[in-house]
Amino acid sequence: MEILVCVKRVPDTAENEIEVNREGNDIRRDDLVYSVNEWDNYAVEEAIQIVDKVGGSVTVVSLGDEEAEEVVRREMAMGANNGILLADEAFEGSDGKGLATILKAAVAKGNYDLILTGAQADDGAGQVGGMLAAMLDMPFASLVNSIEVLDGQKLKVGREIEGGNQEMNEIDLPCVLSIQTGINEPRYVGIRGIRKVASVEIPVWGASELGLVPEAVGAVGAKAQRVDYFVPAPGEGAEILEGSTDEIAAKLIELLKAKGGLK
Amino acid sequence: MAGQVFTYIVHKEGVADDSALELMAAAGKIYPEASVAAIVTGSGAHLDAVCDAMAASYPEVWKIDQDVLAYPNAEVIRRLLVNILPADAVVVLAHDTLGMDLGPGLSIKLDSVFVPDVVGVEGVRDNVLTVVRQEYSGQVYTHVRCDISAGAVINVRPGAFKPEESRSAAGQVVDKSAQAGDLSARRRFLEVVEAEVGDVDITKADVLVSVGRGIEDLENIEIAEGLAEAMGAVVSCSRPIVDAKWLEKARQVGTSGKTVKPKVYLALGISGSFQHMGGIKGSPFIVAVNKNPKAPIFQVADVGVVQDLLEFVPELTEKIKAK
Repeated sequence: MEILVCVKRVPDTAENEIEVNREGNDIRRDDLVYSVNEWDNYAVEEAIQIVDKVGGSVTVVSLGDEEAEEVVRREMAMGANNGILLADEAFEGSDGKGLATILKAAVAKGNYDLILTGAQADDGAGQVGGMLAAMLDMPFASLVNSIEVLDGQKLKVGREIEGGNQEMNEIDLPCVLSIQTGINEPRYVGIRGIRKVASVEIPVWGASELGLVPEAVGAVGAKAQRVDYFVPAPGEGAEILEGSTDEIAAKLIELLKAKGGLK
Repeated sequence: MAGQVFTYIVHKEGVADDSALELMAAAGKIYPEASVAAIVTGSGAHLDAVCDAMAASYPEVWKIDQDVLAYPNAEVIRRLLVNILPADAVVVLAHDTLGMDLGPGLSIKLDSVFVPDVVGVEGVRDNVLTVVRQEYSGQVYTHVRCDISAGAVINVRPGAFKPEESRSAAGQVVDKSAQAGDLSARRRFLEVVEAEVGDVDITKADVLVSVGRGIEDLENIEIAEGLAEAMGAVVSCSRPIVDAKWLEKARQVGTSGKTVKPKVYLALGISGSFQHMGGIKGSPFIVAVNKNPKAPIFQVADVGVVQDLLEFVPELTEKIKAK
């Protein structure tokens, strides 16, 4: 099975306090810790496990600036066979549809049976996988938390739905799936693994290599445009307990007692 | 004004989801004067019950009765909506597990703009809609503008829009089943596998000590267990803890886990994503312990402690035990 996995380099929200910059047009990007989008890491692991079972190869593609190469290389160190970087100034400011348009052009240059994305990334939108599937006229399933290869024509996939229940579906290949966290346990990537792929050539494709007219993508082609970043005036919010740890703990115990939190 | 506004109603066993009236509220914020039509799909008596209930609030209800719609398969519903909707329709969906499955592809097929996970609507001027979204797990907000003159698919966050008080509509149910068209799909629904029942039922607990990513390591789970024991509470958790397999799925609070209604909820190292908070009902007294003062949990908690839980919680536990 030929599998393409779309991955994104994002600021790690577990490691960073995200703040709006002074101009209010972006977040503060200095000193941010970046990593591969958590969901995408599960998608790559799943692709590798499928190929280990049924054969084939895994290609990782990332749309971003030159720095996105580091996440492509990291996912290749996990075991992906090939990497592609999609970078072009014309891609900057793309909305979800623009991103899907660029990825569609990259998909057309290969011959894939299965395309995986993470269920969502840093903007919490979760839109590119479903759009890509519709553009490619392939069936789609989101929030996938189990995949079983039935034969060369179809998969059995589980979707995570409300209440922790799982919705089982049969889906025809080729298809696009967005992967939910927890579907597997992504393998650890050590320094040695990174070194092994350090000198592997990763092709960089821009608008011309993909046969895209710049007007179709980027900020120019975006129908949905982010105007600003802001933080709303804080509401009442929590009463923050102040003092020494000892004092805070004592206050908290009184509050818990009053609210029935201590037996 | 752009095209007619439609909402898609999620329902189960003859009862519409809470989002049904929230969607109408969101639609009303986009076009206060618009006549909004609810689309209800399914089959049989359950479908009729939901249509009747919706007609009490919506001026118009489109009913589509087909066997293949008995379970809401987004691949089938997308085809249906493309077949029956005008191309410039403004479609409002809930950003739930069906809306996330359905919305992005629907916008492509209708060739209209898509905005996911909307938490606020500022309004429309000259066909340009301005909405509010969150990014980076709710740490920052953005305004998003889009031209909706050629139609739009807007996914709104469940719980973000308050239903208006009893706007009784005496609406009309229009049977559109005959216009459904070809609904064949390359994804077929098989079954729903119910979540496993664990050895503890967190939905019945009065006091929950809930752990999130801030616990950092499997070995530290015992810190939370120690506090829960001292308090007479039950340990629950957020999604990353289950993903890491540190606690079982049955202990997960959130839209993809259990819905709990405790009296007191202690959130330890939990950022407070809307998916997590969506699983907490009944307005408990919420205490948040998090070393990140910007964590969204502090917006919804009653009391906050900005400290590293790994240092604070053991001390709290000792103090409780000493009493």
